[in-house]
Amino acid sequence: MSASTQAMQRDDVQNPGMLAAGQGEALWNAQPPGGGQSCASCHGDATASMKGVAARYPAFDEATRRPIDLQDRIRACNARRPGAPDMPHESEELVALSAYVGLQSRGTPTAPDPDPRLAPFRARGQALFERPIGQLNLSCAACHDARAGGRLAGALIPQGHPNGYPLYRLEWQGMGSLQRRLRNCMTGVRAEAPPFGAPDFVELELYLQSRAAPLAVETPAVRP
Amino acid sequence: MARALVNAPKTAKAGEMMEIKTLISHVMETGFRPGMDGRIKPRDIITEFACEYDGEVVFRAALHPATSANPYLAFETRATRSGPMKLTWRGDNGFEQTETVDITVE
Ligand code: HEC
Ligand code: HEC
Repeated sequence: MSASTQAMQRDDVQNPGMLAAGQGEALWNAQPPGGGQSCASCHGDATASMKGVAARYPAFDEATRRPIDLQDRIRACNARRPGAPDMPHESEELVALSAYVGLQSRGTPTAPDPDPRLAPFRARGQALFERPIGQLNLSCAACHDARAGGRLAGALIPQGHPNGYPLYRLEWQGMGSLQRRLRNCMTGVRAEAPPFGAPDFVELELYLQSRAAPLAVETPAVRP
Repeated sequence: MARALVNAPKTAKAGEMMEIKTLISHVMETGFRPGMDGRIKPRDIITEFACEYDGEVVFRAALHPATSANPYLAFETRATRSGPMKLTWRGDNGFEQTETVDITVE
């Protein structure tokens, strides 16, 4: 990543992701349109209650007996508020709230949930990472393990770490979640991407997270 | 209202240069891009930024369609007197937003 993109990420007034985090903060404290409870009325001050939370997601969800990522955790909380409108994946509200919750872990080392019930899901995520896909028949590992540091057309191939999401991407001229990024990589090799929220995505996220640990959370990051 | 971030010193010594940094959320739609339906999306950009301080405009910028979304502007001005600094963005479709920061000059 170029020095100027790094500088943009580091300076909170230059980093457009901070606008989304600011919107997330407003949503955290606001009563939802249906008249239900605000996030703050249950969780209090996010700078205390959400500190370090994003660093250990995806986590095991007792209700579904599956891993759940931060966005679906937030969606589940939102859905329990009577009358609150759904927060679809990639909606401005959900991305903003995730950025605000993520910001409370900025600088915290990524800490995968040690719950042994997650192990089979993480292993499936690794298998998905190593499986060749798409018309180009390339696995995630073919780029992010074998060719990291190389170039794909103009772009630097990164190691493929998830610790900056949701983030601001200059090419998008906007914010996006990790799943949006993964969908880009999948369509890049001409594979069909699963829908947002699909189990494959959460399992990939789980593996990416254990692969990235203990890198510090950088949310909201900036990418070219 | 659009979300804006302003970073300016709260206090400054008279005669000193102050750096003011601003960021505002705006799509900055160029007016050249087709939308999902193939039709050109109408232009929607910020066209002007001005900073008023101590009774005069100390910095002004004209923005054009090639400017990225969420434009960031930074500039320097000399601290003269205590008082409000008024930052105003104007643009297409009647867009107008003002943020005020109070600066104490010692
Ligand atoms: C009615 C109370 C209530 C409201 C309102 C609520 N939550 Fe929650 N939230 C909970 C409970 C209880 C948990 C614990 C997990 C569970 O039981 O599902 C939780 C868990 C979480 C977690 C995971 C915390 C962790 O340590 O793993 C996050 C993140 C979260 N909520 C975000 C939000 C956001 C964002 C909102 C607003 C859209 C919100 N919550 C609104 C009750 C609430
Ligand atoms: C053909 C090579 C290629 C393949 C295959 C590929 N990616 Fe990527 N990936 C890239 C490139 C290039 C970027 C950076 C794009 C940019 O910065 O413009 C990237 C970015 C990423 C990022 C974001 C890293 C960051 O720092 O923000 C993640 C995470 C990622 N890929 C995961 C995956 C996963 C998971 C798969 C498999 C489903 C995959 N990629 C398949 C080339 C690839």
